[in-house]
Amino acid sequence: MQIHYFTGGLVQVSMKLEMKDSPGQLVAALKPISDVGGNIIAVIHQRDPVSTQHMLNVQIVLELPEGRLDKLVTLLKNEGVHIQRIGKERLLYKRSVILIGHLMHTDLSDTVDQIDSTGFAEVCELSMSMPAINERSTSRVTIKAVNRQDMESALAILRRVAQQKSLLLIEPLAEEVPCESH
Amino acid sequence: MRVALIGLGAVGRGVAEMIAKKGLGLTITGIADSKSGCMDCNGIDPQRVLAQKKQTGACGDRSITAEDIIRDAEYDALIEVTPTNALSGEPATGYIRAALSRQKHVVTSNKGPIALAYKELRTLAQENGVTLRYEATVAGAIPVMHTLEHGLCGNEILGIHGVLNGTCNYILTRMAAEGLTYEQALMEAREMGYAEADPTYDVKGIDAAIKLVILTNTIWGNSVKLSDVDLTGIDLLTPDALRLAEDEDCTIRLIAEAIPEKHLLRVSPRIIEKNHPLVVEGTLNALTLETDMAKEITLIGKGAGSIETASAIIGDLLYIRDRYGKCT
Repeated sequence: MQIHYFTGGLVQVSMKLEMKDSPGQLVAALKPISDVGGNIIAVIHQRDPVSTQHMLNVQIVLELPEGRLDKLVTLLKNEGVHIQRIGKERLLYKRSVILIGHLMHTDLSDTVDQIDSTGFAEVCELSMSMPAINERSTSRVTIKAVNRQDMESALAILRRVAQQKSLLLIEPLAEEVPCESH
Repeated sequence: MRVALIGLGAVGRGVAEMIAKKGLGLTITGIADSKSGCMDCNGIDPQRVLAQKKQTGACGDRSITAEDIIRDAEYDALIEVTPTNALSGEPATGYIRAALSRQKHVVTSNKGPIALAYKELRTLAQENGVTLRYEATVAGAIPVMHTLEHGLCGNEILGIHGVLNGTCNYILTRMAAEGLTYEQALMEAREMGYAEADPTYDVKGIDAAIKLVILTNTIWGNSVKLSDVDLTGIDLLTPDALRLAEDEDCTIRLIAEAIPEKHLLRVSPRIIEKNHPLVVEGTLNALTLETDMAKEITLIGKGAGSIETASAIIGDLLYIRDRYGKCT
């Protein structure tokens, strides 16, 4: 199953910043993030007394709409913040479900295709166990989608397909968690 | 406070034993089992009745029925602990109705009347200036109703998630731990006395769904019925499903959930992280209440058992005694 790239989603970015260790400096550095519509997920202070002289090292993790990163970099530079490193990851939602039933007899590739053909979600992993011919088989299906709404739509499709094909669908309890991808 | 006890199965025996043992200021003035009954306005010795029941199979005079006691005995609160009939709710609903109409408080462990006729019975209680309490109907010893009513009062309850059936939880625990098939784990549950000869009511999720209905109607007062619950049992699960969940540090549990905002009322097996608070072992029950102020509160405890269920009943009785202090 191939990896698709999506547009219009959120990007998760991690940055290592260096700035003057003076009052108000950190707040000034974080302000441009909200200016470009981003959300700060984590701020990690690194006050290293040996290597830095009156400088503050901060690692931040944020998510922001795709296409806004260049603007953010410019704004940060204007604030006198030195960007030591940037890592960018596409934010995806991932969920595993379990299907039990006559998976092969009910055309497993069609089941997978019903998700893949949506264009907004796809089956990225499939683990299968078939004890014997004519016995029910069990499969763990991992789905990725670009955001929570698309994940809900994908699961709704899977619910309908499972019902049509008399498969038992076991969904996860917890809310889907964002995961990293290429 | 004077009480009448209807039903002398495991729960009724537990209640009688604890009343005799703990000196709670509760006097039993009437006791009935399915075949017989006894009445004494000066108080009955529960130990003597339990001994007689053990010896003869009947707790009292075969000409005295439960109806007689409910109608004629002198009591302040009725303890209704007869077996649940999920379809008709009878004869318990009739017993409760009769007691409330006599302006007697009622404490019950019986899921049938509360799931089927809660609104009617609650209105009847209000009209008669008495109270109907049913802590023991959901999650055995866990004080769910007290927590909702007192500990969390003022909170808006946004949703509930729970493990409400000990039999299913035992089967799933054993399938995960030992790689047993569903059939093997069920057989083991029967040997341990955790599953009935006909396990349908438990393994199809019906018991959990009835408890979900009771909780939902209590919290949101929205008069849902058993048929409103989206229901999937555990009887079609394979050992492979548990193994595949395990590969991702998860397991499978039968989860009852209600989220009114999403119009969700569902009992189904779910993949759940092993370190999730609802993942309890064996026959334990667990319930998470999601609220606006307190956020998430999870209660864990014994969902069944004679003395454990008696704990919930006695909690209700003492609440009534303290609240309606004029009782003697």
